Amino acid sequence: MSTKTQWEMVLGLEIHVRLDIESKLFSGMKASYGASPNSQVSFLDAGLPGTLPVINQKALEYAIRFGLSVDAEIPPVTVFARKNYFYPDLPKGYQISQMDDPIVGKGRITIETESGSKTIEITRAHLEEDAGKSIHDKYDQYSAIDLNRAGTALIEVVSEPQMSSAKEAVAYMRAIYTRVTHLGICDGNLQEGSFRCDANVSVRPLGQKTLGTRAEIKNLNSFRFIEKAINYEAKRQIKILESGGKITQETRLYDAEKDQTRSMRSKENANDYRYFPDPDQLPIQISSTMIEAQRKRLPEFPEAKIERYIDQLGLKADDAEIIANDLAMSHFFELSLQQSKATADLNAKFLLGEFSALLNTQSVSISDSNVTASAYAALLDTIENGMVSRKVAKQVLDDMWSTGQTAEQIIKEQGLGQISDASALSDLIEQVINANPDQVASYRNGNDKMFNYFIGQVMKQTKGQANPVQTKQILEDKLNNE
Amino acid sequence: MINLSIREMSSLLASKQISIQELCGVYHDRCRAHNQSTNAIITLNEEFNADQILQAEKQLNGNQLLAGIPVLHKDLFCTNNLKTTCASKMLANFIPPYDATAVKKLNDSGMITLGKANMDEFAMGSSNEHSAFGAVNNPWDLNRVPGGSSGGSAAAVAARMSPVATGTDTGGSIRQPAAFCGITGIKPSYGRVSRYGMVAFASSLDQGGVMAPAADDCGLVLSAMTGHDTLDSTSSKQPQWQWKKPNSPDLTGLKVGVVSTWIDELQDEGIKLKTLEAINHFKDNGAEIIDIELPYAELAVSAYYVLAPAECSSNLSRFDGVRFGHQAENAKDLEYLYRTSRTEGFGEEVKKRIMIGTWALSSGYYDAYYIKAQKIRRLISEDFSKAFSEVDILACPVSPELPFKHGEKIEGVNMYQADKYTIPASLAGLPCLSMPIGFSENLPVGLQLIGRYFDEQRILSVADKYQQQTQHHLQMPEAFL
Repeated sequence: MSTKTQWEMVLGLEIHVRLDIESKLFSGMKASYGASPNSQVSFLDAGLPGTLPVINQKALEYAIRFGLSVDAEIPPVTVFARKNYFYPDLPKGYQISQMDDPIVGKGRITIETESGSKTIEITRAHLEEDAGKSIHDKYDQYSAIDLNRAGTALIEVVSEPQMSSAKEAVAYMRAIYTRVTHLGICDGNLQEGSFRCDANVSVRPLGQKTLGTRAEIKNLNSFRFIEKAINYEAKRQIKILESGGKITQETRLYDAEKDQTRSMRSKENANDYRYFPDPDQLPIQISSTMIEAQRKRLPEFPEAKIERYIDQLGLKADDAEIIANDLAMSHFFELSLQQSKATADLNAKFLLGEFSALLNTQSVSISDSNVTASAYAALLDTIENGMVSRKVAKQVLDDMWSTGQTAEQIIKEQGLGQISDASALSDLIEQVINANPDQVASYRNGNDKMFNYFIGQVMKQTKGQANPVQTKQILEDKLNNE
Repeated sequence: MINLSIREMSSLLASKQISIQELCGVYHDRCRAHNQSTNAIITLNEEFNADQILQAEKQLNGNQLLAGIPVLHKDLFCTNNLKTTCASKMLANFIPPYDATAVKKLNDSGMITLGKANMDEFAMGSSNEHSAFGAVNNPWDLNRVPGGSSGGSAAAVAARMSPVATGTDTGGSIRQPAAFCGITGIKPSYGRVSRYGMVAFASSLDQGGVMAPAADDCGLVLSAMTGHDTLDSTSSKQPQWQWKKPNSPDLTGLKVGVVSTWIDELQDEGIKLKTLEAINHFKDNGAEIIDIELPYAELAVSAYYVLAPAECSSNLSRFDGVRFGHQAENAKDLEYLYRTSRTEGFGEEVKKRIMIGTWALSSGYYDAYYIKAQKIRRLISEDFSKAFSEVDILACPVSPELPFKHGEKIEGVNMYQADKYTIPASLAGLPCLSMPIGFSENLPVGLQLIGRYFDEQRILSVADKYQQQTQHHLQMPEAFL
């Protein structure tokens, strides 16, 4: 029996990023998600004769900004091209895209893999308009067409086939996701299709240089599905090859419910898109002034942010990573940090602990939080200045969430302020010691654990409002000095 | 009345010797009277828009020269609320909800839309025989074609059914019918007139222009049509141009380039004779005649019939029977709907060009045809640049033939070769015009003038100076006097 072949996956991704712009790529029509069908359709979007495309400058700027964020070349001239095919949701009979002269040239991005960091090359990124939406399941007799999406602006980011596991593909997709959301050029809404991807999957015996025949899995819009789809597809291909079969080059769809891919169309049935430069538009010059203006608008990316959080704010590496990788959370964090006297460490711990737990139970994302960053900052201050303990602060936070009141208001109204009055505490502790002679004896005989019993008693009597630091100190004084 | 220039009509209107309604009425009646014989008009604006008349009267009081002057639009300029058919069954009932920018500008200057002129379907053809609404007849001989594709505009102006008409020119569609019908017609530089609202044939070549008896009429109307349009990214940002009529016919200092091989090779002795006479006229008025060469122009027809169909195959994809236009009945599936709507909606010439263009763009052929044709296009532009470093304008034939009889020419390539003198300037995007220079066998002959980029002023000036001393542009076919 021959030894079993070791297989290697070769993966390349095409990611479609919907640009977060108010208007469409060429028509100036509004482009908001979820509007009633066909309510955002201009004459151009409907393909009426004589109408002409005029490029949205903001789309050019966003694409350039993306290019700079992945260290890509921005060629001095960019050209739009027509991709010709017939479909009812494509009113002009062609999609305006780019072919030979994309707005973004060769770039690169680093991902973290199990075996360390790895650089994935980006072949190109180009601007294109989206098609409308065909709805086949709404009416028995008809298909319905909604052209609201027709003409909305996308950039398609094409990678080199340099990923060799589904995990790497996901890491790459996440890295691009982080870029575009941090750049503020995409809202990152996966459910609404703002960020979706086609995966080119092939396999080859480990060590072989030439690429195997690939299949393209279309329209994956979740990080979980892409991993499952790729793994399924690679297994399917290996099974075919091991039983002596051949892979057909084709387009496949992933069925998440059945966790399998199925054929959509083979290469023989593929369209000949007859790309050619769009004669309705002249080549567009991209000046260095335009590029530099976008370079100035590049934000700080997570890698740099993590470093800064650790080095300058003294956060723990784990905390820094979680916060920095979440754009909304890091924004909230930094905003509250500016307005609070609390340490960055306390802020981060409370944010990732109590605050995140509350968001989870409420199923609300941090950007939609009921409690603003400044209200949160004020809450942190009440911990910092000893007014409440972290434990009580959690309770205050819950009330802030439901009532919209400030931390101070709640603390005052409910009398939750810590007892920090040294003489009052001293009297109270005296009473506790006097009421528990056995325990005092036990402690003084060397049972150190008994110390916590006294803390507990004090907290019980004060309903948790005793300042823990002071309580500890006074207790120590009284118990150790008879 | 019908022999007056626009300036003359305008002063009659200004001095209240005639009202706008009366002037438009004269032409309206002529449209009704002569459309049966010419078939030049597809849609007649039965009632003039009261708002338009009111607006024109206001403009007239504001000394707007074009206020109240009637105009006919080629039926591929979209006109708000007025049927725009492109002479195709596909758009037989299409009523646009918008005006083409060129139409809007003329409306704004107070011109009154008489109606929509017949044409070759989607502007594809040189004889105006390819119209879903029937062929147009040449007013000089109703058995003959008026040229195309702006044949309806040309015939209507020749028969004075309208004092002026808009046209479009992709490879000669204004100049050749102007020559065939004995009128003046100008295609401006690419980018001069907005293409917004002009139903596209070949976007990189299409230009709107003007057809009228005299160069002065053309200059007046063309300058009102031009200007940058934010709705058309190919529209030029050149400063607004205003036509200035020259005072004297003197051509001293003007360098006129002549491609002598083009004149030598003319088979039609009448056309050759008239062409040489016109060039001599320039010389007699002080111009210097310089022989120039356009070596790559020989390839122009071949390049054009790759590029224009390629663009047309894509531009006409939107006519799919789904949202507007002709829709096949009882479609059982999507493919049937597409196939049948387009088979029924388009005429033969249009289908032929869609197929040529689709093929030329197909994978495996693209480099050999489309890319090569683009190279030729660049080389031809360079030829012209060289020529214009030596001369100010070029004078050359418009068409190698006189207006031919209906049905006489059926073979495509034969027909296409007749465009050889008009296509080079189209590929280079240069301004060019045709002006009447006399008759051969009682049929009009035209001369083409080509100018530098955005130098419409110069070619129109030369034509106007010629017309100051000649009467050819004032001749009218007898049957329409």
